Amino acid sequence: METALFTANNVWMMICTALVFFMHLGFSFLEIGLTRQKNAVNILFKNFFVITSGLLLYCLGGFNLMYPGFEEGALGVLKFAGFGIAAPEGGMTIDYAGGGYTWWTDFLFQAMFAATAATIVSGAVAERIKLNSFMIFSILYVGLVYPIIGSWKWGGGFLDRWGFYDFAGSTLVHSVGGWAALIAVYLLGARIGKFGKDGKPNAIPGHNIPLAAAGVLILWLGWFGFNGGSVLSADPELTSLTLVTTCLAAAAGGVSAALFSNLLYKNFDLTMFMNGVLGGLVGITAGADQMGPTDAILIGLIAGIIIVLGISLIDKLKLDDPVGAIAVHLICGIWGTLAVGIFGAMASVDQFISQLIGVGIVGAFSCITAFIILFTIKKTIGLRVDADEELKGLDLMEHGMDAYSDFRLNQH
Amino acid sequence: MKKIEAIIRKSKFDEVKEALHNVEVNFFSYWDVTGVGNEKEGHVYRGISYSTSEIQRRYLSVVVNDDFVQLTIDAILKSAATDSVGDGKIFILPVEEAYRIRTGEKGGKSLN
Repeated sequence: METALFTANNVWMMICTALVFFMHLGFSFLEIGLTRQKNAVNILFKNFFVITSGLLLYCLGGFNLMYPGFEEGALGVLKFAGFGIAAPEGGMTIDYAGGGYTWWTDFLFQAMFAATAATIVSGAVAERIKLNSFMIFSILYVGLVYPIIGSWKWGGGFLDRWGFYDFAGSTLVHSVGGWAALIAVYLLGARIGKFGKDGKPNAIPGHNIPLAAAGVLILWLGWFGFNGGSVLSADPELTSLTLVTTCLAAAAGGVSAALFSNLLYKNFDLTMFMNGVLGGLVGITAGADQMGPTDAILIGLIAGIIIVLGISLIDKLKLDDPVGAIAVHLICGIWGTLAVGIFGAMASVDQFISQLIGVGIVGAFSCITAFIILFTIKKTIGLRVDADEELKGLDLMEHGMDAYSDFRLNQH
Repeated sequence: MKKIEAIIRKSKFDEVKEALHNVEVNFFSYWDVTGVGNEKEGHVYRGISYSTSEIQRRYLSVVVNDDFVQLTIDAILKSAATDSVGDGKIFILPVEEAYRIRTGEKGGKSLN
């Protein structure tokens, strides 16, 4: 391989790294847009904590826990290659990773992914979780749980050997975050006022829909890097195919969620449209390099319908997920993973069973670890702010700050 | 001297202002108010229907000499009406005295 091609590959991977970083802005915008203004500073604080601590933790041990280099013949469940990061011999040469990228790029690209799992949780628990409790949870989940699960597939562990396929993380990133979001929402309880005395769900409208819309479009852009970079080189055919399937699934997910929610509720709901786009993106992520255009559109269309039904199901179960993280990341993450066995180049019964096993094992481990961490926090320092703080807003009580201190809305 | 207070639709504010200027009532105060009434606005958010009874209106307060009272009332009645429920109300209150702070003038002269 020529140096020029190695350089081009590495540049593409660094661009993708930057795009995945940009997704953290998208998550922030989406989360504050779909919640109330009295909690906006708190949500931003959590998002800043997740990306900063996530990078440091991945440097401290996460990367070496996720890519420990399992020996031939080992089962590949748990191995730790030591604290800190240092480029190995030849890590900056064409010989490392087949010339796809340098070792430094490898670290940073993977580090950007790591923080995403906790950011998914941040939206679901918004407006009522204690800041300290969230930070402790996020350190343990990003620092330990995410890399251990990642090592089973992307680190060459047992799920990889068993034929499980997850191209860019429908299961390894999105449903890992989604399961924790589900457990956290269950242990936390609903926001005050979300469910009436009769148990009927009430709407708690988000305070800034344009900001949420900007967040979704930024996330879509970030997905060019999330999926495009998961090719792990600038391979012309695979990167361009991946971007096509990614965009078609996003578009199909949005359209089907918008139309299906209009059919059910006789209303064009922009927030459902936006969640549908994200559902399509999460759905295609497991098999973005294995699908043709038609497969991608079908995966997206089904994801959009799943989103609308999922959000309504979560309300019916008396779970309060302000931003729809569970429907988007967990349910569509599972759908996308299973879809690898149904559509595209790898579709087969055997593959479907492999996907099902992967979803089940990752789900069980995510749920058990998230439950242990969150339940321990709940029984010791507590998970939830008190009712007075919740009513006054976390911005004032946790941060002594307003998101919009000198800003007045025009009422019509 | 009378104080005329009126609750009007925000969408009618420019027409009312112009109508008042046309009868040479050039000075008045206003502020935006929220009230409750029979009018309901249907909303749907993420599959959940809800309605708010909050109604947004604009509150006008005009102090005029006695010979301007009827002109002012007529101007508001004519310009603020849409003939639908929710056009608003007008209230007339007596004013004991008025002063212009800059000159110390009082009574009707302080209003012009």
